[in-house]
Amino acid sequence: MARRDFVHRMPGHSLPERRSWLAALHIDWPLLVLLLLLAAGGMVVLYSGGDARREIIEAQLMRFGLAFGVMFVFAQLDPSVYRRWAPWLYVVGLAGLVAVLLIGVGAKGAQRWLALPGLPRFQPSEFMKIGVPLAAAWYLSRYYLPPKFSRVAVALALVLLPMMLIMRQPDLGTALLVGSAGLFVVFFAGISWRLIGGFFALVATAAPLMWFFVLREYQKQRILTLLDPGSDPLGAGWNIIQSKTAIGSGGMSGKGWLQGTQSHLDFLPESHTDFIVAVLAEEFGFIGVLALLAVYLLIILRCLYIAVNAQDSFSRLLAGALTMTFFIYVFVNIGMVSGILPIVGVPLPLVSYGGTSIVTLMAAFGILMSVHTHRRMIDA
Amino acid sequence: MSWDEFKDTAAERRLFQRRLLVMLFLLIALTCLLVARLYYLQIVQHETFSTLSDRNRVQVQPVPPTRGLIYDRNDHLLAENRPVFSVTLIPERVPNMEDTLHALQQILAVTDEDLERFRRRLREARRPHSPIPLRYDLNEHEIAAMAVHRHQFPGVEVDAELVRHYPFGELTAHALGYVGRINREELRRIDPVNYAGTNYIGKSGVERFYEELLHGRVGYQHVETNARGRVLRVLDRVNPRPGEDIKLHLDIRLQELAFKLLEGRRGAIVAIEPETGGILALASVPSFDANQFVTGISVADYRELNESRDKPLFNRALRGQYPPGSTIKPMLGIAGLDSGATTRDRMVWDPGYFQITPTGRRYRDWLRTGHGWVDLKRSVAVSCDVYFYDLGMRMGVDAMHEYLSLFGFGRDVSLDVRGALPGLLPSRDWKRGARNEPWYPGDSVNMSIGQGYMLATPFQLAAATAVTANRGVWAQPRMLRDVVGHETLDGILAEETLPPINLKNPDDWDFGIRTMVEVMHGREGTARASGRGATYQMAGKTGTAQVFSLAEDQEYNEDEIHERLRDHALFLGFAPVDKPKIAVAVIVENGGGGSSTAAPVARAMFDAWLLGFEDDKAGVVAQRSAGGRDDG
Repeated sequence: MARRDFVHRMPGHSLPERRSWLAALHIDWPLLVLLLLLAAGGMVVLYSGGDARREIIEAQLMRFGLAFGVMFVFAQLDPSVYRRWAPWLYVVGLAGLVAVLLIGVGAKGAQRWLALPGLPRFQPSEFMKIGVPLAAAWYLSRYYLPPKFSRVAVALALVLLPMMLIMRQPDLGTALLVGSAGLFVVFFAGISWRLIGGFFALVATAAPLMWFFVLREYQKQRILTLLDPGSDPLGAGWNIIQSKTAIGSGGMSGKGWLQGTQSHLDFLPESHTDFIVAVLAEEFGFIGVLALLAVYLLIILRCLYIAVNAQDSFSRLLAGALTMTFFIYVFVNIGMVSGILPIVGVPLPLVSYGGTSIVTLMAAFGILMSVHTHRRMIDA
Repeated sequence: MSWDEFKDTAAERRLFQRRLLVMLFLLIALTCLLVARLYYLQIVQHETFSTLSDRNRVQVQPVPPTRGLIYDRNDHLLAENRPVFSVTLIPERVPNMEDTLHALQQILAVTDEDLERFRRRLREARRPHSPIPLRYDLNEHEIAAMAVHRHQFPGVEVDAELVRHYPFGELTAHALGYVGRINREELRRIDPVNYAGTNYIGKSGVERFYEELLHGRVGYQHVETNARGRVLRVLDRVNPRPGEDIKLHLDIRLQELAFKLLEGRRGAIVAIEPETGGILALASVPSFDANQFVTGISVADYRELNESRDKPLFNRALRGQYPPGSTIKPMLGIAGLDSGATTRDRMVWDPGYFQITPTGRRYRDWLRTGHGWVDLKRSVAVSCDVYFYDLGMRMGVDAMHEYLSLFGFGRDVSLDVRGALPGLLPSRDWKRGARNEPWYPGDSVNMSIGQGYMLATPFQLAAATAVTANRGVWAQPRMLRDVVGHETLDGILAEETLPPINLKNPDDWDFGIRTMVEVMHGREGTARASGRGATYQMAGKTGTAQVFSLAEDQEYNEDEIHERLRDHALFLGFAPVDKPKIAVAVIVENGGGGSSTAAPVARAMFDAWLLGFEDDKAGVVAQRSAGGRDDG
């Protein structure tokens, strides 16, 4: 605030009159409108996907209330605050991840939650979706860009360490999102194309090793099932067959709201959480999904615009990475539900029911708004 | 600001912009990939997935038809359908199986057998979310208790199904037969579509013979189900065509009387209306309660029935093959006249025995002292054996076989009686084939008085009596009288195939019948005691069949053997003579003489049928009918 006050008091410089009260609240109104549109449309689909259950709608509304609150608070903080806190937040998150592996709680063979006395249960891995890009952006933007190789190596280590810990839980979906958030920072920082090429070559060689030494049995099963869902139509293939059936049977304009048979007759699994896009596709058809994708794209384009107009490298890297992570959410979720990606636990952002992901996502949008609304006007 | 190196902010901004452009391309490419995928699924493959989706949700369910009812000739209900309630559990929805079973035992009578069967089915492979029955046939008290406590038992359901019930129980078990659960062998035989929703099938008797008619035609409905197979709503429905209600010739009052007359004995009574061939009564005593076979009889109960030495499961009327004894004499007499082997006036001297050759074996008459000079009429009246020994020799086996066959011996002449046995009418060919021996003259002698190899069922005797009463015109025996709502029985009841028995001199029928009247009303008639005091004329013939030896598995027991070694008592007859209304055959196993034991039974049957049932209202029929209505 101090710098801003300083600008304010500079002679001959006053804040332009056109700035609205929304801007004074550090809210980016086009982004807010798009997010509200997405949330509202998402609630309509969720109402159907959750079988019109009141408690689901109420819980989701509460969650959005909290999430928009978090966004608002995050938007108020100056980007420099994030930069200052980045390393400490990262360390705290890393400690949380280690704690999860030691004393975490969970279900279905995965340990993801930390239940500390006096605090609400939370997922450190969720927190790291922001913590990792923050730390990577903080580290890389301290030096000149593009970074030299040693700094890329350090940045990659910052990204891969928490990613490994999350995979140990195991939680492939979150690890993927955390990892990509960090890697986008590295990419935007200007890592050389030769290194990128080398990275992909490494992945190509590591993939078989991953298959045999890293992936758990159920994760392998998901990949095998993706390749041939018919091999186990009542077991692992059930989800993907039923969701493809739901999407395909929706056709051009869908079966109508609340008329989806796949979801309402319980054929579609997880119809209000990870597979909710299948409900949308079944009830609103191809047109409905295109509309959803359009809203997502508009949000992403607005965020990229914010990133391009950010005033320092830290803000740019952070904004770009958070935006692309948001896109990865969308792509992975729709990709897995429509059967082109294996099933990993990635929700459809801001539409799927539950999860701390809504809060984390809105926090990210808060940071993006902060980046945009705390620009100094001096070089405008 | 602790930047330790020089930063070119403008260069960094340009670098970022270039990188962002790359990402924008990637983003657009991936979005296009998603759109293409969705286009493929929703537009290109839409038809396929629509079909898959419909197949998912819409199922065709069979709707079983209700089984046709069976009435007697006076519209007394003999076979009905009652809702039976059973308790089933869907294990996937039962939170704690052991607790639930324990709690259910507080409310229902669950036997160890029920529990064991349930646990066995629980362990077996089965479709998820399919119900497993725990208890069948709940009583009213249990149904009420389940209704009250139902909310405490998630996953526990009370199912109702219509199950056959025979209000007259053992009275009709052998005449109607019964239904039971479809077994593996029947499953291969039946039309899988028509029986898709049916659990029961006719196992014997009328229930089996008219299975197709009684069963009806299955209906079906398209239902929308969820992934667990629970029906959510019916989309459209084709109603089943219920089974036809049928009416039998049987008169349950006469049936009941037959049971009363044979009470405490083993035997059978078959009564036929000569004019129509309708079977008025078909009793085999002792009998069993067919109701216990419908839902499945317990092993212990079945063993008890099956191993009882009185053989209640054995249908004596249709499947008991006895030597007919003297009861075939009137038919043989008519055959003798027609074949020219004898005449009405021809006299035979009966010294008490018969010899084929002057020095040969002596075939004894039942009267050791002999009957003296006998003609045909007297020989039937007193049941003289020697006259028929002589006649048998004169006719020979071929002629006897030919004529007795016309009367229905050695074959099944019924139109719709399931499981009737043909008896045994011996012939030269038969003996050559079965025994690999030639036909000896002595065989003809034995055959002439219904002994030796010859065997006949009570049902065959009644049929032969009915055709005699009809003067040779066949009305083949049948159970079915009417199908409710049908004008005729064309295409339902089998066509008659037997031609009338044409005698060269049709008057021989009346003469033959008069010999039988002589049995009942003549001075010397063997059944004159049973014919005495009748207000109508009856014709009949007594018979006695020797029980030659004990079966191998029977134990030696002096008192028992004494009773079980006694001769079988037989009688056949009809009344009134001029316009026959009822023909009856009676057999009382180990009953002693036909005249003393079997003939009075037939007389009681005649009296009831021709003069009216005594105390009609208070009879079992009235009581059970009333009871049946209460149950319904």
